[in-house]
Amino acid sequence: MRYSALKIFKEAITGHKGWTPVWRSPEPKPAYDIIIIGGGGHGLATAHYLASKFDGKNIAVLEKGWIGGGNVGRNTTIIRSNYMLHENEAFYEHSLKLWEGLEQDVNYNAMVSQRGIINLFHSDPQRDAYVRRGNAMILNGADAKLLDQDGVRKQYPFLNFDNSRFPILGGLWQPRGGTVRHDAVAWGYARAADSRGVDIIQNCEVTGFDIRDGRCHGVQTTRGNISAKKVGVAVAGNSSRVMAMAGMRLPIESHVLQAFVSEGLKPVLPGVVTYGAGHFYVSQSDKGGLVFGGDVDGYNSYAQRGNLPVVEDVCEGGMSLMPMIGKARLLRMWGGIMDMSMDGSPIIDKTHIEGLYFNGGWCYGGFKATPASGHSFAHLLATDTPHETAKAYRMDRFSRGLMIDEKGQGAQPNLH
Amino acid sequence: MLINHPLLGPRDASEFSYLGNAALMNRPDPKSETAADDFYRYQYLRENPPGEHRELWFHAQGDRSWLVVTRNISTHEITKVELAADIARSAK
Repeated sequence: MRYSALKIFKEAITGHKGWTPVWRSPEPKPAYDIIIIGGGGHGLATAHYLASKFDGKNIAVLEKGWIGGGNVGRNTTIIRSNYMLHENEAFYEHSLKLWEGLEQDVNYNAMVSQRGIINLFHSDPQRDAYVRRGNAMILNGADAKLLDQDGVRKQYPFLNFDNSRFPILGGLWQPRGGTVRHDAVAWGYARAADSRGVDIIQNCEVTGFDIRDGRCHGVQTTRGNISAKKVGVAVAGNSSRVMAMAGMRLPIESHVLQAFVSEGLKPVLPGVVTYGAGHFYVSQSDKGGLVFGGDVDGYNSYAQRGNLPVVEDVCEGGMSLMPMIGKARLLRMWGGIMDMSMDGSPIIDKTHIEGLYFNGGWCYGGFKATPASGHSFAHLLATDTPHETAKAYRMDRFSRGLMIDEKGQGAQPNLH
Repeated sequence: MLINHPLLGPRDASEFSYLGNAALMNRPDPKSETAADDFYRYQYLRENPPGEHRELWFHAQGDRSWLVVTRNISTHEITKVELAADIARSAK
């Protein structure tokens, strides 16, 4: 079924009886050409691009719970490509371009809204760093504009410009950045992949790999053994657990990141703002809630909930940046489990086991990367060569000294 | 989280800074033939399983001692707190 305005109109006058389930719920077949483990944004995007761009046939996505129940449903919905290092910027710009065409590509309203993102700066050295970053973005085909204080004030007159310790001097603005309705990303990719014959199998947990003679022949699951020519793992947050079943240790720790949403308010924030002096960022959802967050809690965790010191820290950042946020009541807060990698950048690569491919280490930048991650992983699975924009995301970069450390923090995952 | 410091009693976790798995105390031998590979594994690779985890916390806002905390990272429950210095001494 193709969604369109005409279809909505037709259904409206015929009592909405013609809508059908958005994807099938097939039984697993005994064998597939390609199995993707993980029915989150990245896994479903991978399946969609394999089927649509690489002519993939006979593909399954295995999900232990329900699709979109992990981090694609737990993030703060921001899309942007404002990185400095070339290895990252080319990739995330590729992602932003795919976001721009996503809804037409998958025929699903994902509410892609390019409302702009501003990274604020509060000192001269910070401005210099943002000038450099903006130039790096432009060199990679992205858009970046440096705003002075008046430029920021025009968009966000209510910010605390005259904070005596961290005055807002300006910001680096990426007008093409913005937000996307996160759940709709999972559902849209699932529907598009399903319509091209991909089997999306929910409630099917992978419990082991069938590895013989250095080659992966398939997986064991709670719904029986399934063989496959190639297996791709896209389970960020739980990468270490899944890859441990293949006997691998990863350059990754699992950490918890919290996010918050206020009660619904009238439109007040036109775009996304990040505070340059504390760790705080905020946008407003289309429902009106202020969606905000800050740093990871800083200790290993699989608990999907955080602790109060970071809540306090985030709220202090919010109050210091935009004091009016203190009038809003907090509606909900939650935590998600991040694959924190040793340099803050992801991995999309083959493993030393033939037929086993890995996608993970997204830290807290996984959502915005969803389309490019899926596209690059599909490219790797289909052609056995890395995509042009993802060729630096190799598994062995740590042993070769080729880290992609945007923040320059070193091998300390809780600081990235 | 409250960390029950062996010398100071229960202290809020926000007084501490976190380093990572307690295996980081076991630095490889730099004179070994396989030192480069050993240090790569030591520095970058992690087991990272759910459940019980022994980890290093530094009492930065307190007595500046290093602690080895045994904590369930699936529930955040802390079951044991030791001075890292004691562990290092008994390993000698």
